[in-house]
Amino acid sequence: MNLKSRGILDRVSNGEVLVSDGATGTFLQQNGLEPGGCPEEFNVSHPEIVRKMAKSYFDAGSDMVLTNSFGGTKFRQSHYGFGDKVDEFNRLAAEHAKSQSKPGTFVCGSVGPSGEFLEPLGAVSKEDLYQAFCSQMTSLEQGGADGVVIETMTALDEASIAIRAAKENTNLTVISTMTFDKGPRGYFTMMGVTPEQAAVELVKSGADIVGTNCGNGIDNMIEIASMMRDATDSPLLVHSNAGIPSLKAGEIVYPEPPNYMAERFMKLKEIGVNIIGGCCGTGPDHISAFSKLLEENQGV
Amino acid sequence: MPVINEDLEAELGYVTSPAEQQHIRNLWDEADPLMQDISVSLIKGDNNRVDQLTKEALEAGFSANTILDDGLIAGMAIVGVKFRDNLIFVPEVLVAARAMKAGMAHVEPILSASGIEPVGTVIMGTVKGDLHDIGKNLCIMMLSGAGFTVIDLGVDTSPEEFIEAVEENEAGVLGMSALLTTTMPNMGRTIDAIEEAEMREVVKIMVGGAPLSQEFADDMGADGYGKDAMSCVELAKTFMRPDAEPSINPVS
Repeated sequence: MNLKSRGILDRVSNGEVLVSDGATGTFLQQNGLEPGGCPEEFNVSHPEIVRKMAKSYFDAGSDMVLTNSFGGTKFRQSHYGFGDKVDEFNRLAAEHAKSQSKPGTFVCGSVGPSGEFLEPLGAVSKEDLYQAFCSQMTSLEQGGADGVVIETMTALDEASIAIRAAKENTNLTVISTMTFDKGPRGYFTMMGVTPEQAAVELVKSGADIVGTNCGNGIDNMIEIASMMRDATDSPLLVHSNAGIPSLKAGEIVYPEPPNYMAERFMKLKEIGVNIIGGCCGTGPDHISAFSKLLEENQGV
Repeated sequence: MPVINEDLEAELGYVTSPAEQQHIRNLWDEADPLMQDISVSLIKGDNNRVDQLTKEALEAGFSANTILDDGLIAGMAIVGVKFRDNLIFVPEVLVAARAMKAGMAHVEPILSASGIEPVGTVIMGTVKGDLHDIGKNLCIMMLSGAGFTVIDLGVDTSPEEFIEAVEENEAGVLGMSALLTTTMPNMGRTIDAIEEAEMREVVKIMVGGAPLSQEFADDMGADGYGKDAMSCVELAKTFMRPDAEPSINPVS
């Protein structure tokens, strides 16, 4: 089979390391999104910027680009008054990214948490949450997404419902990642899930690829990734943020520059992480630095 | 040395620092076994039992203040330590907070009718442009659990709304939360606006949220940074009693 016509899973099971993309929010902000504005609405009002973002990442060497749809459930969008626009936002998000993809590259729908607690902790029923994720997943697929990244999850029940929504209603490759904090007893999500638990349970729920995203810098992500690697044989994805930001002359500055992160991305590769990219504070420069380094070390 | 019931003793076992354990143990000094039962039920998140025991305690003649201090607040102190130390997580804290609420429903009307001064008033809100409130809500639960009156301004709070609330409630403490790096600068802008309103001297400002750091808080001119809900409570307490030693170490 021609390499270019193969799916994400084929590529990684063949031993290839795929380069993912960097942050979405900061990119949009630099291009006119107001602090606190609705990023997904840009899919309608500023399609050229959303396309430019995808193009920047593909040009930088991304094999896989995420869509501008992180908050694309009705639960998040209703905060902005766009609860009835979710289908359009998600479909357009996928279309914009897809319009910039080259042969052999992929578009993955970004699906973030609903921001709600499930019953009995919160007010949302499993069925409601399932339906919300179903409509996001199907719209992303309609827009041309190849896969979906269910990311920044902290609760296993919510992640598992999202995975099920994708698996039962689409043919998307399903990637699911959680976000861990380092506490006095090690790494846990806000809801108390460990990296090992996440690796095992997300696979059990049906995810094709599991992993971690965001976090507090690349060094922690390397630790988390090796814990997950020990716990599962499934392919792994890491989207690392560029550290804890600080304020320099009124500007938000992330401490981990492209070359610094790229070198450590190579460590992720050594551990056996299959798809590697960035989260908050990373941009096309980070991706391009990593992609070059990866190329230089091809076959090493 | 107060007599502590078996369940509570087991809970105290989770408080590993000797000084901290002594401090929390003393909360039940001379406390009635019923108060200890209330504390244990709260820690376990049994809101029906807290509801029932609080009612019983009031009928038996315990003062609302005693129930609040020796039963509810004392129990919440252990919840806070367990949360800080990764022994429990957000779900367990939410359940304990619900139990606290069940008890407060009986105690609060009596307290406000009797005009007893609360520990202090704290204004809390997520900054402008930010819609995330889980962390802020946890802080509010822990602050209420420590006896503070908390005014919750919700999410997407403008500097003007913060200022107005501080004035209206004569609050000594203002807490701001942000999850997004893109909205974090709105904390600094709010502090600037408070300075312009010439109110910086009357209110202590604390900030928190996942992407924040002590350095960031210092840079924007906040009085304190809380890395979690526990340190938020400890900060608020220090602000109200500037001379007091912190009772529980906010940083683990």
